[in-house]
Amino acid sequence: MMRHFLLIWLLLMSTAVSAHKPSDSYLLINSNEQQIQGQWDIALRDLNYAIGLDDNSDGQITWGELQHHHDNIAAYALARLSISTDNNSCSNHVTEQLVDNHSDGAYSVLRFQVSCPSPVRMLKVHYQLFFDFDLSHRGLLRMIQNGSTQTAVFSPEHRQRTFELATVSMWQEFIDFAREGIWHIWVGYDHILFLLSLLLPAVVVRKDKSWQAVEQFRPAFVEVLKIVTAFTVAHSITLSLAALSIINLPSRWVESAIAASVVIAAFNNLYPVIQKRLWICAFAFGLVHGLGFASVLTDLGLPKASLVTALVAFNVGVEIGQFAIISLFLPLAFILRGSWFYRRLTLGFGSVLIATVAMFWLLDRSLALGLLA
Amino acid sequence: MRIFLKLAGAVLLWLGNAQAQPFLPTSPDSVLERLPVVTSRDDRELRQLQQQLNTAPDNIDLAITTARRLIETARKQAEPRYYGYAEAVLNRCWQLPQPPAEVLLLRATIRQHRHDFQGALADLQTILADQPAHFQARLTEAVILGVQGEYSAALRDCLLLTRLGNRQIAATCIGNIQSLNGQARPAYRYLYDIITNSPARDPEQQLWSLTVLAEIAVRLGDIKAAEAHFLTAMALAPGDVYLLSAYADFLLDQHRPTEIISLLKDHARADGLLLRLALAEQVSSAEALAGHVAELEARIAAYRQRGDAFHQREEARYSLHLLKQPEQALNLALANWQVQREPADARLVLEAALAAGAAQAKAKPVLDWIRHNQLEDTQLQALAKQLESS
Repeated sequence: MMRHFLLIWLLLMSTAVSAHKPSDSYLLINSNEQQIQGQWDIALRDLNYAIGLDDNSDGQITWGELQHHHDNIAAYALARLSISTDNNSCSNHVTEQLVDNHSDGAYSVLRFQVSCPSPVRMLKVHYQLFFDFDLSHRGLLRMIQNGSTQTAVFSPEHRQRTFELATVSMWQEFIDFAREGIWHIWVGYDHILFLLSLLLPAVVVRKDKSWQAVEQFRPAFVEVLKIVTAFTVAHSITLSLAALSIINLPSRWVESAIAASVVIAAFNNLYPVIQKRLWICAFAFGLVHGLGFASVLTDLGLPKASLVTALVAFNVGVEIGQFAIISLFLPLAFILRGSWFYRRLTLGFGSVLIATVAMFWLLDRSLALGLLA
Repeated sequence: MRIFLKLAGAVLLWLGNAQAQPFLPTSPDSVLERLPVVTSRDDRELRQLQQQLNTAPDNIDLAITTARRLIETARKQAEPRYYGYAEAVLNRCWQLPQPPAEVLLLRATIRQHRHDFQGALADLQTILADQPAHFQARLTEAVILGVQGEYSAALRDCLLLTRLGNRQIAATCIGNIQSLNGQARPAYRYLYDIITNSPARDPEQQLWSLTVLAEIAVRLGDIKAAEAHFLTAMALAPGDVYLLSAYADFLLDQHRPTEIISLLKDHARADGLLLRLALAEQVSSAEALAGHVAELEARIAAYRQRGDAFHQREEARYSLHLLKQPEQALNLALANWQVQREPADARLVLEAALAAGAAQAKAKPVLDWIRHNQLEDTQLQALAKQLESS
């Protein structure tokens, strides 16, 4: 009979008085471009129940006792928190262990560094601290990305959350990818040289087996516009197709073909085969160059949530880079077009130089010599 | 003006608190956390039980024993974590197509603790459909129905208990319900006679009966008798959270704040007791008020963060008396009224409505309810009269 009555008093208490809140832990993850840092506040009461902290059983947990268990706490806690990117898991390592007081008691504060294979475009947080023995425990996460905050509550039913780091600032991501596009054109000499090879003859016309300066700026400008537009349209097409994994060619072929395109374009200035409709040439080879851009984009790690933004931004960046080159080149070339300097030195010798360099690339890339690693 | 200064101080303190920096304690001897005295021993025993359970996860009897021990510990230490532990232990049993009655009973208890009264009643009804004479299920159902203000259904359960054995428990059950239902004086005498002529040997039973008796005396306005019953009960269980809060409420109404402060100053860990401590400090303009108000604010924020509601009754009281926001308090009190209908819940609605200068219509459901049930409560009668004449 006694057994029954153990619960009597409980009936009253539970309907009328709240003691205090159940167990929570407070997890803060702070990420920016450079690094990801974590801070995890875990109640001493919970840790005491889970692994035992009160060594001398005097009902008090001292700093000495806590320190004695620091390694144990770090191992226990971090084994129950996994942070990963799209498909790679990140490693956590503890940097310091402190103490803090929350509204319901003292907490052990675990500060840790998260190392992920970069770049990080999304974070998956899997939390299972204490869920094996406490179904009322909650993990309260505050995720700060570049200053903006998101929150989440982990419960036994919801142990995992994914954070698209990109969604927080699409504009920032757009800028980032556009910058990558500009940078790629700027350091990608093969693209610049290809473009230059096609543009060099734009301010002159071939007459009686020699180059003559064009009369007016307008036809030169239209010619440049046609070439650049064709190149842009073409590489945008293949860039998108490759980035979306619709086509996938070995990068050795692609890189070799790009080198070959530069060789051909430069030779065409010395021994003109194609004189009219150079834009068709630009379009055809532009397709190859687009595949080259795509490999860069894949290396950067595309955010799944904002693939289109990234593609557009990268393309915009490439265009800005091209535009900068052209706006420097065209006025200069137009002014100098009638001079010996332009026709002989720039167009002639320049093309020879470009062809030589590109030939060197072609050999290096196609035979995988690794001379220009 | 003073209260504004204090609140400003509280907000500042809270802001400071919210931005508290983790620190490195200076000495290995500095005490970071004090555990209830019983914790270590209890925890060791409980861990052993759980280890046994880990090696035999299908042993339902062991799971029930462990869960029961955990719930008892939750109650003894006023530590809600143990309800979560009990849930984890029982989780496997809940997946069974037909969980045993004991498992359902424990789940009902946990659900009741979470104020999921509908869920708790559903579990109890499952047990009672199968075993109509299940004493504990019958009693628990009576108590929940009583809290919800379903007096005729609750009384039916209480009357069934008289046929199932324990006379004092049945009498306490009946006396409690009848006293809320227009028969306060006979109920008081009936219960008083039983516990003085043949007191229960079990202190838990005695404690419950004494507390119910004290509460009836309070409602009848018999201050001396109430005080005597409270003190007898306190001697049986000096640190009990429920009893402490009931007694503190009594002392608040008697304008004896200093006694409350000395009674509760070491019990501030329990939210309900911290609230009463702060209320007493407000009355006596004690220094510690600002800190305790900030502490309450932080705790409410912590509940909100984890997605739970702070207990509405306490939050309504906090808003009304400490924050002085009667409109917000009235909304909380009315929401609470949909869940719980004890005299204390009715009183909160009336007090908040008066303070907010709200139209009588807002409090009408409560006024009607008091009249319909012929609830005898001197405090409530006075408030109702005030509200109706305003």
